[in-house]
Amino acid sequence: MSQIWKYVRVTPSGGRVRGVPARSSTTSISLPGTPDHLSSQSTLILRFVMSIMEHNGGSVVAMAGKNCVAIACDLRLGAGAQTIATNFEKIFPVTDRMYLGLAGLASDVVTLREKFRYLTNMFLIKESRPLEPSTFAHLVSSTLYERRFGPYFCEPVLAGLERTPSGSYKPYIVGTDLIGCLNFAKDFIVTGTASDKLFGVAEGLWEPDLEPEDLFETISQTLMNAVDRDAYSGWGAVVHVITPDKVITRTLKGRMD
Amino acid sequence: MECSFALTGKDYVLVAADTTSARSIIKMKIDEDKIKTLSPHLLMAYSGEPGDTVQFAEYIERNIRLYHIRNLYPLRPQSAAAWIRRSLAESLRSRHPYSVNLLVGGFDTADQSPHLYWIDYLGTMATVPYAAHGYGSYFASSLLDRYHNPDGTLEEGLATLRRAIDETSKRLIVAPGKYMVKVVDKDGIREIEL
Repeated sequence: MSQIWKYVRVTPSGGRVRGVPARSSTTSISLPGTPDHLSSQSTLILRFVMSIMEHNGGSVVAMAGKNCVAIACDLRLGAGAQTIATNFEKIFPVTDRMYLGLAGLASDVVTLREKFRYLTNMFLIKESRPLEPSTFAHLVSSTLYERRFGPYFCEPVLAGLERTPSGSYKPYIVGTDLIGCLNFAKDFIVTGTASDKLFGVAEGLWEPDLEPEDLFETISQTLMNAVDRDAYSGWGAVVHVITPDKVITRTLKGRMD
Repeated sequence: MECSFALTGKDYVLVAADTTSARSIIKMKIDEDKIKTLSPHLLMAYSGEPGDTVQFAEYIERNIRLYHIRNLYPLRPQSAAAWIRRSLAESLRSRHPYSVNLLVGGFDTADQSPHLYWIDYLGTMATVPYAAHGYGSYFASSLLDRYHNPDGTLEEGLATLRRAIDETSKRLIVAPGKYMVKVVDKDGIREIEL
């Protein structure tokens, strides 16, 4: 997610030697010295490359608490540095006790959301039993891996409560990369353009066995403070806290710049 | 260069698009209508790769018309926008993707509300109170941010739109000379002289 500067080999005529994605360069800086083996043939250029994962911006974070989970996202939709909308939610309900967050290319966020809605509806019709988070996580994983060599540019985060054989619920959070590699966590999952900042803040604020209200405070502070240091995320946030008997959804106002 | 703007008001959506048709640095035509009427209460301004634009717009226009003929009622703006978005998103991963940016504005006669959608060639869709595409968006979005009133009258909306267009004409080197403005409200679609 953080490969923004890339070395690109350029021939004296200016033609590209090695592939850079089309629609990239906004700035280019020549390096002072050119490595010997490239000398007369080509030059190494450090070039700004806008990754498709960062094009629209946006971040999602999920956290586990005591008998509850929380998931939150920011509301920005951009096209590069330009902000297009400030009402773009990236978290969608799957069942009463499970929410899915999708960060990445906004087009794929909506496409995947529609795809998962179709797949979960089909599951309910065919199986007539509730869809559990662990089942859905593998559905997400296989759906993404189906597109292994032409992926959806989205990194999903799933937060839900899993029903145990005894009838109680246990927190279940999982994230995947864009080709569906599952990443189970006991504490928190982060994704999106502010993921590096989210990691830092979450690492500092999260503690085990938080009650719903404390978990709400922790996840809100984590998202807000991480997102304020990221130009591509922000413009308010939505937080869902999932408990066995209810889901609390709150919209937060952040720094509106 | 191509510019299109749109904004919603109390019970209408205003859509404006420039009327130039250009190849490279040459103006070929200065009275091209780049806002299609998709159904009695739905407008779509299109811009992008020449050729793709008209092909895609006509494909959308005819499919929405077909839905209207088959069902005797038109697709609502929300559903139409979702279908148009999906067409672009599917096209993006085909061998020859359409490179078309759209502003879809409609008036929902079922609940009497205006709707505006910003859609780009990637299949990104945003539900917005005002929107712009092209170089004009760099000048207009900040102005619209400051002056847009979601409950404004048509006169107020037109004044705001005029501000955006005037600023673009003043500051943009490659500003288009002429715009076509259409409005959609409970009475349907009509063209307005700015």
